Parts: sequence; C-alpha cells; structure tokens
Amino acid sequence: MTDVMDRPALKVVGTRPIRPDGVDKVTGRAQFGADFHLPGMLVGKIKRSPHAHARIVSIDTRKARALAGVKAVITAADLPDLASQEYEAGESASNLRDLSQNCMARDKALYQGHALAAVAAVSAQVADEALDLIEVVYEVLPHVIDVEAAMEPSAPVLHAHLFTEGLAERPATASNIAKVNRLGRGDLEAGFGEADVVVQGRYTTKAVHQGYIEPHACVAQVSQDGQCQVWSSSQGQFMVRTYCAKILGLEIADIRVTPAEIGGGFGGKTTVYLEPLALALSRQSGHPVKMVMTREEVFRATGPTSGAVIEVKLGAKQDGTIVAADVVLKYQAGAFPGSPVGAGSMTALAAYDIPNVAITGYDVVTNSPKVAAYRAPGAPISAFGVESAIDDLARELGMDPIVLREKNGVVSGVKAVYGPTYRDIGYLETLKAIKDHPHYAAPLGPNQGRGVAVGFWFNVGGESTAAVHVNEDGSAVVVTGNPDIGGSRASMAMMAAEVLGLPVEQVRPIVADTASIGFSMLTGGSRTTFATGMAVTQAAGKIVEDVKRRAALIWDTTVDKVAWESGQAVCLDATKSAVKPLTLAAIAAQAGRTGGPISAEVSLNAQGAGPGFAVHLCDVEIDRETGHVTVVRYTAAQDVGRAIHPAYVEGQIQGGVAQGVGWALNEEYIFDADGQMENAGFLDYRVPVASDLPMIDAVLVEVPNPRHPFGAKGVGEAPIVPPLAAVANAVRDALGVRMCDLPLSPPKIRAVVDGLAS
Amino acid sequence: MSELDYLAPPTVEDAVRALAAGGGSAKVLGGGTDLLVQLRAGRIKPGVIVDLKRIPGAIGVREEAGGFVIGAATPGAVIGEHAGLVGAWPGVVEAANLIGSTQVQGRASLAGNLCNASPAADSVPAMIAAGATCLVVGPAGRREIPVEQVAVGPGRTSLAADEFVLEIRLPARPQRSGDAYLRSIPRTEMDIAVVGAGVALTLDAAGTVTAARVALGAVAPTALLVPEAGAAIVGTPLDETALEALDAAARAAARPISDKRGTADYRIKIAGVLARRAAAIAYRRAADQGRGGRA
Ligand SMILES: Cc1cc2nc3c(=O)[nH]c(=O)nc-3n(C[C@H](O)[C@H](O)[C@H](O)COP(=O)(O)OP(=O)(O)OC[C@H]3O[C@@H](n4cnc5c(N)ncnc54)[C@H](O)[C@@H]3O)c2cc1C
Repeated sequence: MTDVMDRPALKVVGTRPIRPDGVDKVTGRAQFGADFHLPGMLVGKIKRSPHAHARIVSIDTRKARALAGVKAVITAADLPDLASQEYEAGESASNLRDLSQNCMARDKALYQGHALAAVAAVSAQVADEALDLIEVVYEVLPHVIDVEAAMEPSAPVLHAHLFTEGLAERPATASNIAKVNRLGRGDLEAGFGEADVVVQGRYTTKAVHQGYIEPHACVAQVSQDGQCQVWSSSQGQFMVRTYCAKILGLEIADIRVTPAEIGGGFGGKTTVYLEPLALALSRQSGHPVKMVMTREEVFRATGPTSGAVIEVKLGAKQDGTIVAADVVLKYQAGAFPGSPVGAGSMTALAAYDIPNVAITGYDVVTNSPKVAAYRAPGAPISAFGVESAIDDLARELGMDPIVLREKNGVVSGVKAVYGPTYRDIGYLETLKAIKDHPHYAAPLGPNQGRGVAVGFWFNVGGESTAAVHVNEDGSAVVVTGNPDIGGSRASMAMMAAEVLGLPVEQVRPIVADTASIGFSMLTGGSRTTFATGMAVTQAAGKIVEDVKRRAALIWDTTVDKVAWESGQAVCLDATKSAVKPLTLAAIAAQAGRTGGPISAEVSLNAQGAGPGFAVHLCDVEIDRETGHVTVVRYTAAQDVGRAIHPAYVEGQIQGGVAQGVGWALNEEYIFDADGQMENAGFLDYRVPVASDLPMIDAVLVEVPNPRHPFGAKGVGEAPIVPPLAAVANAVRDALGVRMCDLPLSPPKIRAVVDGLAS
Repeated sequence: MSELDYLAPPTVEDAVRALAAGGGSAKVLGGGTDLLVQLRAGRIKPGVIVDLKRIPGAIGVREEAGGFVIGAATPGAVIGEHAGLVGAWPGVVEAANLIGSTQVQGRASLAGNLCNASPAADSVPAMIAAGATCLVVGPAGRREIPVEQVAVGPGRTSLAADEFVLEIRLPARPQRSGDAYLRSIPRTEMDIAVVGAGVALTLDAAGTVTAARVALGAVAPTALLVPEAGAAIVGTPLDETALEALDAAARAAARPISDKRGTADYRIKIAGVLARRAAAIAYRRAADQGRGGRA
C-alpha cells in the first residue's frame, strides 16, 4: 500500500480545486438520466394503483395493446415469479422477490402508486391513453399506515407469508411485524436501580423523502441477440446490472449499464424501479425505451425513509454517569420488510459508553411505499429520540449538555454497544470543537433557544476497482465504477495527482460503465472516498513503481537507485551523475521502448473504514404568534479523518444539516383517510429553500484514519444524524416545553404557545 | 388523440372572437405560471389557448388620472420596477412580488393570479384592500368590476367563457395613506399562503385612521373583504385596543377549512395576527408619507 500520510507536505490533498464535473453541471451540459436519446426510442409509462391496499382481481391490457402506437404492454406476468431470496448487492441486502414485486405488483397492490402494468408507445400522449385503457379489477382491502396501528394483532395483514422473525418461537399467525431485533448488554434492571435520575420520552417522526431533484430516469435497449444496455441515473451501475439480471432472469454478461450523471440520490437511488421494466418493454417491442418518473411518481412510489416511534428511558447518577438506557424503536418499512431499524438500533447509543443497555427494534410493514436508504439510514430517527432524552437528562442534572456527553462519551478502545471496539475515533475532539467554538458562548436574543445534539455513522469500505492510465503526454486518466454524487471525481483525481506528482488539472477522472471497469459496490455508506480512493491511490502507487522501473531501464541502473520525488524520477546512482530527473511526461514519451503503455488497475475489498461522529449546535428563534421556527445560527463539527477536498466535505456537512432541518421542521408524508398521499409534490412536501437556512458553519475535525492512505473517513452521512434533535433541543430551550413529534411545524408550535398561556 | 391550438391575437376584438369560437374549451394565457402547470399535470385539457401578450398594452403599467393601469399580462418583475406604482401602492407591489421566485416573476401577472381564482392567491387580498378594479372585456363590450367580484369559488370566476380581464386598475392613492400585505407560509419563499392579509388605510393629520380596508386570503373559498375589520380601526390611532379589535374582527370573519396546509383553528388565529401586523406596517407607511414623503 502506498502510505503517503507520513509525507510532510501534501501538495494536492487538502486543497480546494474546482471540481472537474462542475462546468458541465452549471452550464446544463451534464447528461442526467432523462437526457439520453436513442433513435427509434419509445416512451414507457406505468399504470399505478389508486388504492393503498387491494387484491388485483384481474388486469386486462387488450384495449391498450390494440391502441395505435402502443408497442409493448407488460404486467407482473411478464417477469419471472421469483422465490423469496435475500441478496447482497452493494451495501444492503434485499429480498429479490420483494424487489421484483415492488417494481411490479403481483396479486396485491400494497400502496397507492404501486406499479401494476407498464406500456411503451410512440409518444407520451399515446402511452397515457394506453394506461387509461388498461382495465384493472380491484378488491379493495383495509389498509394500515401508522406503524403502531400496523403492529396491532387486529391490523390488516399485508403479507400472508410474513411471520415475525426474531422471536423465541415461530409465531402461529402472520403479522406486519417482519422482525424484532435486540441489542444490549449488562443488566438493565440493576442499572436503573443504581440511577439517581431517570428521564424518559416517547418521540415520533414522519416518513420523509430523500428529495433528490432528479427524478428516476433510464433508457433501456435489448438487441435481437439479447444483449441489454441500460443508461440510468443511480448510485451504482453494478447494482442496476445485478438487480436487472435477477429480476429478469438474465445473465450478467448480457447486461451493460452506463451511469448517467446523477442529480441527487441520498440513498434513494440504491435500488431499481424503472430499469427492469424498461428492459422488459424494450425486449417486447424491439425498440429502445425511455422511462422518466414525474415528481408525483417519485413521491408516491419510491423510497422515503421510515416514519417511526422511538421510546427512550435513561438512568444516570447525580454526577452525570449514565448507568442504564432502554430504547425501543418501531420503524415503518413500507410495503415490504426492510426498514433501517437495524442501523437505527446500532447507532442509537453508539456515542455513549453505558454499561446496561437494551435496544429493541421492530421492522413493520405498512401500506406505504417501500422505504429506501436515506443518508445514514435509520440513524437520524433513533438519534432524535436519544438526543432529546439526553438533553432532558442534562437539564434534570443541571449539567452542561456537552460536559454530560463528554463524561459518557466513547473513546478509542471502548467496545461499542453494537459490537466492535473503536479505533482512532475523534468524538471527544469533536465535542471539544463545539465547546470551544465562539457560537457556544454567544448570547441569545429574545425568543431564541440553543440546542446540542450528536450523531454517529459507521461508514463502510467494501469492494472497489480503480484504474489509472498515463497518457502519451504524461497526463493521466482515473477510471472508477462509482457514480459521483458528492464531488468524488474531484477527490479521486486529487489522490491520484498527489501520488503521481501531477497538477490535479492533468488528471481526468471518469466514471465508467459496467463493461469498462471492474466491479464496484455502489456509492453509498460514505464509502467512495475511503474505499475507491484507496483503490485509486494504490493504482497510482503501482504506476509510480512502474515508472521507477522504466527510469532505471532508461538510466541503465537498478530500480532501488531511483526515487520518486515531486512527480519525477530522480537518479540516486552515484555513477550516473550526469542524468537529469525524468518527469512523468518524459517517461510516457518513451513508454513504447520501456514496456508499452503505462497503466494500472487495482481491485480491493477495503477494510477499516473509520466511523464518523458529528456534534451540532443550533440556535432557533420562535415567532410565538405564528409558530414559525427560524434557524438563526448553526454550527456543525465532524471528525472527517482527513478532508481530501475540504470544500466538498463542508458541502456534505451543510447538505446533511439542510436535509435534517427540513425533517425537523416541515417535511412529512401526509396521508388521507384512504391512504392516499396528499402532498406528492414540492409545493406541499416542504424541503427547505435556501432562504430558510443560515450559512451553516462546518467545522472539520481531523483525526486521521490510519487505514486509509490519506487518513480519510466517510463524511456524507453523519451530518444528517444530529439535526433533528439539535433543532428540537433548541426549540425546547426557547419554549421551555419538550416537543416530541416531528415535524415542528408552525401550527404545532402555536398550539404549544397557546397551551402555555392558558 | 387530443389536439391543442395556440393563438396569439393582436387585438382585443380578435381575442374575444377567439375565445367565443373556442367555446368552453378555450383558455386565456397570461404568464402561464398556473396554466402551463395545470396543463402538464393533466388537470385541464383546453382545446385552444389564447395568449394575451400580443395585445398592445397587455404588458406595461401606465399612470392615468393619478391612478395606475396595469396591463393584464404584466409580469411581477415589471410591476416591481415601476417606481410610481411602488411608491403609491407598496402593499400591492410586495404582494405581486411575493409570487414564486425570480423566474416566476418574469411571467406571473396580477390578472392571472386573480383569474386563477385560488383562495390563497397572494396579490388578491392586497388588490382588494387597495380598492383595485378590473376592466373585463367580452362580446358585449367592456365593464369595470371590483377585484373582489371576480373569484366566486376555488378555480371559478364570474367571467363568462368569452370574457377576459384586460386591465387591473388601481385608484389614485389618497393623501396620508399606506398599504401592506403579509402572508404566512411554513417556509420563507416558494410556498402557498396558509393565510394572507392585506390592509390599506388613510390617516388624518393627527394620525387617526379615517378609512381602512382589510382583506384576507386563504381563510374562505375566495379572498374576503372584511368591512368589520376595517371598521374596527377607523377613528382610532391604531393603538393596542384597536389592533386587538382588528385581530378579533379578522378572526371572526375567517372561515377556513383544515387541510394539509394548516388546521382551521390555526388559520383563524393567524388571520388575526397578520391583519394586525399588516395594519401596523400600513399605518407606518401612511404616517411616513404624511411626514413629507411623496404626496
Ligand atoms: C413555482 C411557482 C410558484 C408560485 N408561487 C406563488 C405564490 O407565491 N403566490 C401565488 O399567489 N401564486 C403563486 N404561483 C401561482 C402563479 O404563479 C400565480 O397565480 C400567477 O400570478 C399567475 O399568473 P399568470 O400570468 O402566470 O397566469 P396564467 O397561468 O397565465 O393564468 C392563470 C389562470 O388565469 C386565467 N387568466 C390569465 N389571465 C387572464 C385574463 N387576463 N383574463 C381572464 N383569465 C385569465 C388563465 O386562463 C388561467 O386559468 C406560483 C406558481 C409557480 C409555478
């Protein structure tokens, strides 16, 4: 491994060059999912269930097929009926049968917006008319969306085959509780017995959508010989390839997926909705098929994250030592099992060293869209409950909220509740960064309040491939298999440039299709800069070894007499005092005579990702008459290991905070009595707009991860973990009342103020 | 397959004829910021679109007899740049300029905001408070009606299918007068009013309110002119007692529904709050003006 960390001066890593994909993005040239066109391309559209829960008695597509201009119509009958099978693709496991049935309902529609059939036609108008001609007979069933209602034994059951996992005995009846998982240690009862102070609370969050600006979009083409091509916007072209192969029963070798530029994903594009359908439509019609969701479809049929109930009970001694914690998490999974309650459980108390702990998580299916990963999946939800309770505990004890967290905070060597022993973590340093920040001591104005909250995210490594090619003029191309969501092209180019000693502008990073680079897990889990960055660095390191060998050849010396300094080979052989150092350009120019083209590829399974800790400080001001909460100041500190490109790390932190503030204040899925989503658009599903937020001060704490060549830790997810509680704790400070139910929208705040007055 | 025609007639008469020929399936196009969105969402399926923007005078503001005539398709951006209008009716201008974003401001018109007949339309309470009228044209000729007589329910107007609004007219501003518009939205922009309140008032030399019009948005099927709210502050120096009375009158008039954008109870309370706050701003503007601002 090339370990560059000890080198005294990094020239490129840690600087802020302009991102290589920037110009095309700001000038509108970048090709997003919907921008791709092929000759003869058809428009694919989806017929969706108007009911939240219904048995599909029949689907008659004859009239649609007969309409002029309609070239293909598919239903679940055109896809293989898969058996239940857990499959690992990318960072999380999915059940292939569920995945297939989420793309296209079989037997039952499980949420309003669930796909029932799809058509491909010569125009959008014809496709729309064809959808209207598809006749579906439903037997409407009672539905359930609220998580606790779905857990009731009397609730309508979504899946007759679903029996709760994780119980001591296999239950006799089907249930919406897919799984109960438990984590813990110590003796809870004894722990609470030791406590001088006990606080508890019940908190709720609503389902919220990732809110990426770019709707799902793809073009698919199946040739007469069965060769399949897909161009789509996703977080992983290899994930798309795998899932399409599984859902359609195809060979992986027959599918080539090219990643489009991605207009946001936040975890929501770690699965497939359109690609298998577009392929099936193309196969049937013999034409390329393009499918683009509307915003409404994105809301109704793609993954939000769970709405949840969080119950927290904490016991502490008078000196602030937390001795016991009992956490119960109930997460909506949507139509199929697989809420992020597991990660919510593992992260809930990850920042605390508590001897007696029990965490119980319930994964509950509901008649709402199947949840998808959303930035630190599950963690913001459990953190909202735990960090609210910790805040109450600090008040109860009369302790500073940061001091309380320091007293109970995890350090390297401590075993996390979820298993591993921490190494090289920077949590206390991050707490200190906030405690020492001028914001922490700044005076508050009238009707203002201040809140602190912390967050944890694992970050992952995993499988990545990277190739580095040196061009004839000594510039270089870096090829990876990871879609660039948060500026990773820039980081990849920078790491390669650092090792090769090139100016970053001479390194062109590209994201390749599945046939042009080795397998790479999707961009998610905050893994790309860590894992793919490691592959890039190692590939660049191999190039350096190679060019040193070539320099030795040119100089007629041995490779141990060649050093690589500042992007040139330097001859250490005393007998060759006349030779001048050789630049990469000079060596590339003679590549033909020294062994041919200079390139290297590295595939690895990166281990040793360093977890991220975030500490956030939020000031709010409350308009007590209108109930509006304004975030007036926000400071977010995070242990980032080492910021490869500090501006994009700050951007990740600011983006996470913005999403978290939206979750705290306004975002929510609103369903009517029939289970129809009432706000499936950006007008009434309120993500924050720029003017809703102050400039978010991102403070980078750098405690390097020694298992990455430059010390990087994942940074993209931790920043969305604390804001829900940071905002809620600030509101608590301003109002004097603990509010436990998100979002903290103006009518709720006004009702609390009215309650105080009376 | 459904077809859609687009016409951009050069005269009022041509536009009236085009609308009449289209029957019920014709739609008037101003800035299109409502119409095109509804078209794309499939909520309306017109057979012909009649664009008003080619009609001379449809875009632009002119002063007439001390008042202002605003062409039907004049976008918010043009309104906001008209110094005379901004000086005379700041409340109407700020309401018009609240609509959407910079991009939307390049198109969105007062007449479109009015004729779209959303109960939450931002400029409408401000126009009603200001005593604005509109000039309606149709096969039978021209008539001038108060703004509050245009919308009759959500999405419905009193205009016949072959009529349209040619001009919005604002009267000459009386001396020592001011107006203001406020709305409540969960966010800070790009949102739809949960409640809106427009107030226009006139003071005497001593600072007593001599005339006041108060209008509320989003608390009934159409924007409401609330005479009781105006009456509550006439004859007062807009002191705390008067503001309380205004608040109560606004609340009494509000009859909102509960929906995804806010509960009825919340909307009623906010109607009072915003009426009070808008009145205070209008009062300050009127008083400033009395102290030697523009006459
Ligand atoms: C992103 C966005 C944000 C928005 N934000 C706001 C907001 O904050 N507040 C708000 O109130 N609105 C908002 N709107 C709605 C819209 O922009 C306004 O209602 C705008 O004033 C409509 O004007 P227009 O000229 O674009 O109308 P158009 O879309 O052209 O027309 C609207 C309706 O009125 C009819 N019409 C138009 N002109 C005439 C006429 N002269 N005579 C008769 N009928 C006519 C049309 O047939 C149509 O039914 C927003 C819209 C968008 C897309």
